[in-house]
Amino acid sequence: MAGTKWMPRWFYQLASPRWCYEFTGKLLPWCAAVAGILLVVGMVWALAFAPPDYQQGNSFRIMYIHVPSAILAQSCYMMMAIAGAIGLIWKMKVADMVAYSCAPIGASMAVIALVTGAIWGKPTWGSWWVWDARLTSMLILLFLYMGVMAMYAAMENEAMAAKAASVLALVGLVNIPIIKYSVDWWNTLHQPATFTLTEKPAMPAEMWLPLLVMVIGFYCFFAVSLMMRLRNEIIRRERRAGWVRDLIVAYPNTGKR
Amino acid sequence: MANMHTNTAEVSLFTLFGAVLKRDLLLSFRNKSDLVNPLIFFVMVATLFPLGVSPQPNFLSEVAPGVVWVAALLATLLSLDSLFRSDYEDGTLEQVILSPQPLMVVCFAKVVGHWMTTGLPLTLLSPLIGLMLFLPAEGMFGLLSSLLIGTFTLSLVGAIGAGLTVGLKRGGVLISLVVLPLYIPVLIFGSGVVEAAAMGIPYDGFLAIMGAMLALGCVLAPVAISAAVKISVSG
Amino acid sequence: MESLLKVVDLFCERDERILFDKLSFDVNSGQLLQVVGPNGSGKTTLLRILSGLSSYYEGDLFWKSKPIADQREDFATSLLYFGHQPGVKGALTPEENLRWYCAIHPAMDDRNLAQALEKVGLAGYEDVPCHSLSAGQNRRVSLARLYMTHAPLWILDEPFTAIDKQGVAEKEALLAQHVEQGGSVILTTHHDLSNSGPITRLNLEEYMGT
Repeated sequence: MAGTKWMPRWFYQLASPRWCYEFTGKLLPWCAAVAGILLVVGMVWALAFAPPDYQQGNSFRIMYIHVPSAILAQSCYMMMAIAGAIGLIWKMKVADMVAYSCAPIGASMAVIALVTGAIWGKPTWGSWWVWDARLTSMLILLFLYMGVMAMYAAMENEAMAAKAASVLALVGLVNIPIIKYSVDWWNTLHQPATFTLTEKPAMPAEMWLPLLVMVIGFYCFFAVSLMMRLRNEIIRRERRAGWVRDLIVAYPNTGKR
Repeated sequence: MANMHTNTAEVSLFTLFGAVLKRDLLLSFRNKSDLVNPLIFFVMVATLFPLGVSPQPNFLSEVAPGVVWVAALLATLLSLDSLFRSDYEDGTLEQVILSPQPLMVVCFAKVVGHWMTTGLPLTLLSPLIGLMLFLPAEGMFGLLSSLLIGTFTLSLVGAIGAGLTVGLKRGGVLISLVVLPLYIPVLIFGSGVVEAAAMGIPYDGFLAIMGAMLALGCVLAPVAISAAVKISVSG
Repeated sequence: MESLLKVVDLFCERDERILFDKLSFDVNSGQLLQVVGPNGSGKTTLLRILSGLSSYYEGDLFWKSKPIADQREDFATSLLYFGHQPGVKGALTPEENLRWYCAIHPAMDDRNLAQALEKVGLAGYEDVPCHSLSAGQNRRVSLARLYMTHAPLWILDEPFTAIDKQGVAEKEALLAQHVEQGGSVILTTHHDLSNSGPITRLNLEEYMGT
């Protein structure tokens, strides 16, 4: 049943799994190319050409992976929650599929952020883990992701799982600012306010330019991963539809995915 | 069918709230173990710390605020699974959903009933635990006030998880997984209040923040709970 | 004869099977509709969709010629649903259970409570907790609602299970009476309905997909 709220035509066009599949098919190679270029350029710039930090030397270069992954982990959650909300309100299957595809990517980003955070901490603080406000918040974000993924996995009825997971994602979204605020407050209470791992002092352009490149590269990489997962999900769920069967039949000849 | 335009207006929201609350309290009192088990669990968990770590008064009085709060949180979590479960299994939950009355009021009444039979007794029992863990006397009032406000928030947020998992056969661990991250802010501020109280620092500000979280929960949680319950029943 | 419920092109699939496709029918006031079909053909699913419990379908539902989504409250007030589970709390007595139903549903009237319990043969059991009653007696507590409600549309899923022959005959008479007075009934049952007056049959097998 169509939604109760009026939206422009392109919105409903987006709702067609087939259209999404074909559109992402055209977009994917470009995105992948852009992502590849940006990431390679960014990494080389960050590792070889950016100046070392005056305090931390070369170990701080891990920041060039840590910061983008942390940003992505949070953006991905937001996207997952919004896609879930769209799926709930307008009953769009594609929105549900997008949310479902976002979850593991975001969780992986959170893990990368945590691991790189730990790697960053080791030479600086001597221990593999420190209960820093940002890292703790990231850990809780990972827990939120895991809750959503567990929700998807717990129900066999996919439509029902999508709804339940979307409600949970939205509840988590509302909680994220509260969690951040609480953890920041908790951190000031228990840790002396010294140099925190992820504090970003005013950075000269030679430092934040490669960072920007990496962040955009990560976003493109996320878009590529999302599109690949989404396409898989579309094929899997629509496998009994005519257009999918035609694709499968034609594949050995055309090699076209 | 002249009676079709019935007394919808007459069954006011207050009456509805009262009826649901009364029924839930009646059910709890007829099944006494539901009332007592969370309390026993609460005491047991608190006992684990002196046994598992150290019974030294210095150590215990330092960790008492956090330990009491963690124990209360876990006891609440344990009791949440049964919030909707029996209603789901005997079909009364779907009847409530089918009623034209606002589901949010019903859910809110259920949460109030749950808090009155779990959070409130936990709060009243907490000074005993505080005593066992050598919480300084100044901390007691902070303990009571933070638990009084906090356990209601825990019931509200936990009911969302209960609603989402009520249809699942293996719901038990999932509800904890889903709800615990959402409990962390309440835990941080709750134990913060008790710690401040124990140290003699004013804690009104922290209590006010807990009150704000409670208010937000009262407004938003019933929406999520009724959505969750409808999804679970629709399977 | 007023058109109460109108179903247009209903589609539902479950577990990779299409339960029904392009299902369309009307239920008017004064009509008794029996949904028939083999086990697993989706009778209960259909009833749950019609009552509003399940939203996993495609197609349109109309209540009194307007989309049902726009009139949830009016539809819910006019509906009495009897599902697979009795909807009765074991720890409460029949009277407490029925009073609770009256509190949550505006179309229920508690003035007939004692009479309703008598009609379902539970006259002396008002104060006995329902977990001490048999499964059949529990279902009868829920059926007592039929004697206490003003709702015009009744959706009943296997209402006669675990009821004895005489009880079934009495309930059938009740259904016939309700329909005569302008109400409607949609039900599924394995029993032969002989006392219920004119019946329209809907065979789900005809709408099964592949």
